[in-house]
Amino acid sequence: MKKLSARRRHPLAAVVVLLLALAATGGLYAAFAPASKAQADETAQSLAIEEGKKLYQVGCASCHGTGGQGSSDGPSLVGVGAAAVDFQVGTGRMPAATSQGAQVPRKKTIYTQAEIDQLAAFVASLGAGPAVPTTNEYSPEGADLGRGGELFRQNCAQCHNFTGKGGALTHGKFAPTLEGVSPKHLYEAMQTGPQNMPSFPDTTLSSENKKDIIAYLDAVNSDETKNPGGLELGGLGPVSEGLFAWIFGLGALIAVAVWVAARTAKAKKS
Amino acid sequence: MSTNPSNESGARREPPAGERVADWADGRLGIYSLAKANMRKIFPDHWSFMLGEVCMYSFIIIILTGVYLTLFFHPSMNEVVYDGSYVPLQGQLMSEAFNSTMHISFEVRGGLLIRQIHHWAALIFLAGMFVHMMRVFFTGAFRKPREVNWLFGFLLFVLGMFTGFTGYSLPDDLLSGTGVRFMEGAILSVPIVGTYISMFLYGGEFPGHDFVARFYSIHILLLPGIMLGLMVAHLILVFYHKHTQFAGPGKTNNNVVGMPLLPVYMAKAGGFFFLVFGVIAAIAAIASINPIWGIGPYRADQVSTGAQPDWYMGFAEGLIRVMPGWEINLWGHTLVLGVFIPLVIFPLVLAAIAVYPFIESWVTGDKREHHILDRPRNAPTRTAFGVAWLTAYLVMLVGGGNDLWATHFHLSINAITWFVRITFFVGPVLAFIITKRICLGLQRRDRDKVLHGRESGIIKRLPHGEFIEVHEPLSQEQLHTLTAHEQYQPAEIGPLVDENGVERKLKGSQKLRAKLSTAYFGEENQIPKPTAEEYKEITSGHGHH
Repeated sequence: MKKLSARRRHPLAAVVVLLLALAATGGLYAAFAPASKAQADETAQSLAIEEGKKLYQVGCASCHGTGGQGSSDGPSLVGVGAAAVDFQVGTGRMPAATSQGAQVPRKKTIYTQAEIDQLAAFVASLGAGPAVPTTNEYSPEGADLGRGGELFRQNCAQCHNFTGKGGALTHGKFAPTLEGVSPKHLYEAMQTGPQNMPSFPDTTLSSENKKDIIAYLDAVNSDETKNPGGLELGGLGPVSEGLFAWIFGLGALIAVAVWVAARTAKAKKS
Repeated sequence: MSTNPSNESGARREPPAGERVADWADGRLGIYSLAKANMRKIFPDHWSFMLGEVCMYSFIIIILTGVYLTLFFHPSMNEVVYDGSYVPLQGQLMSEAFNSTMHISFEVRGGLLIRQIHHWAALIFLAGMFVHMMRVFFTGAFRKPREVNWLFGFLLFVLGMFTGFTGYSLPDDLLSGTGVRFMEGAILSVPIVGTYISMFLYGGEFPGHDFVARFYSIHILLLPGIMLGLMVAHLILVFYHKHTQFAGPGKTNNNVVGMPLLPVYMAKAGGFFFLVFGVIAAIAAIASINPIWGIGPYRADQVSTGAQPDWYMGFAEGLIRVMPGWEINLWGHTLVLGVFIPLVIFPLVLAAIAVYPFIESWVTGDKREHHILDRPRNAPTRTAFGVAWLTAYLVMLVGGGNDLWATHFHLSINAITWFVRITFFVGPVLAFIITKRICLGLQRRDRDKVLHGRESGIIKRLPHGEFIEVHEPLSQEQLHTLTAHEQYQPAEIGPLVDENGVERKLKGSQKLRAKLSTAYFGEENQIPKPTAEEYKEITSGHGHH
């Protein structure tokens, strides 16, 4: 101890103490701090995030910001969840760079489902949000059709029409037709509330109820739906019916009247 | 009068069975004299004269199919649970009215087809009446002696609208329930009495338990009963006045040129009935109408987008949709102008076309009978008024479907609403001016055709090098048709001061009438038709023109 004690006034003593202290705190931190975040592992999830980030930088960052924080051209994506990405990109609504008009319409999807999953994984990593539903959650099998219809008329028909044929909103915006929308995307739309649509989280509309609605739409507005009355005329109600009655109903009858009137009895055969 | 055939059996053979039946009936009903007077009744031939028939036949079809529907329909609002064959509604609560309509559509044999024939025929009936009314309007067939029959026809149209509306409400589906709610709102907007009328009509707070049963008796008994009576009166008057005809050689104000009722018209009309039935049945078999299974049962807390009435109420829907939501709050009371003003304009729009014949006859002061129809161009002011009215009506129809215009043409619904608001006022004025100019242009063309003949398209070069187009003179028949109409002179009110220089007392109405008369028949407002002298002078051998 004498040696130490003798050198305690050495000019470098303070430096040595400082180094030791730093090494101790650093070592302790390395030993006790939570390791997961600092670790760079090689699991599939992190690979997807890594790939998704690359796709994001190319296709999305110009509007939503490099870190998903949003800009004047696009909202923040922190906390929107994988379900929102899967819906927006999966229905072709995003990227919206080429879209014009009051609302981003559905268009051709430009990413593969694998790429969409990677993008979704990256956006989900920015903050917690609803995950992509499993097949079990959205599959219409075993659901209550009647209840689904009632819920649809209660919550959806105001904008999407009785059987989901779509309708107009203000200033050129619109509630799109639900024909040909996959059950997964229907579920995600309800869950996340894209664009003008309100969101219906599980606390508002339970997972079961969403399934009922999907089953109802599957029954009344899909390719397999048979309309017992004949041509559906768009399923838009009295406007298209009135147009049909005027053009084909009265039109045909006037044509028939012209035909009958033209064939008149002749007094003499000429 | 012998009843014993054995007396004369040697001299005369037994008359054939048909004759005996006719004789039997005549002896008891006196049909021979009735038939004799009317069997040879002459009707002129023109397709537009058959529009009324379209209406009559579709009305008959509506009655026939309606009777079938009453056999299965339950006009009750008691709640039941659906357990029919349409799966997506199973287990849902609904009124018995809706339930029985579902039953008609899915379980009753032929029920859906009959329901669709009934509904399509109703739309076509109203459309037919509309076009029939326009035909009568634009050809001036409403003039004396047919003014009363014009009003009968107009009443039939208005009653048809309400019969249609009450029928459309009966299934108690979400769409029609919204329509009934709309009606409740309109009634509530009436100051002071609105609440009382609403409570009386619905038997308490909307929707109550009564309106389906009440609308049912109005729809199947009251209104069709009145309509049937009016239609019979309408037909009796057509018989009594005889049918109008277009001007042409041999056709005068005192004759009717055409075919006799029996056998020609009976065969034609009978055949036409089946053609009308066939067309409507084919449409009902091809296209669905009012698919209540997709619309769902009515609940006051639910609504769908695209909630419109059938087309004949569409202009009322338009009035409501485009009207700004004004309201006045005074002393704890609300006057909902946004609903009340459309409610007032609705009958005014209809009345405008109904009273027009009386305005015109007042302006012309013509008390003679008219059985020769006008060509629309020869009555430019009337034609222009009709087109202006149609423009206002159509603009409101656009307003009534503004959401579908928006979605199908990718437009902003707000922009459409503003377009309709402005066009409702500007459109009829423009239509009036443009139509009048077109009519006058056509009158000028007729005048040229009469005086100079038809353009033959043959170009001739004369010896001195001039090119001319050869005009072919019209035949005598064509000349007659183009010049048969008579032209009124504007009414004179005479000098404003009498011979002593004292100002004459003129009523305001007299001055107005003179002004209107000038607007109708003044120098700029009709082209004088060519006179015989003009024609002679031009065609008396001065060569080409």
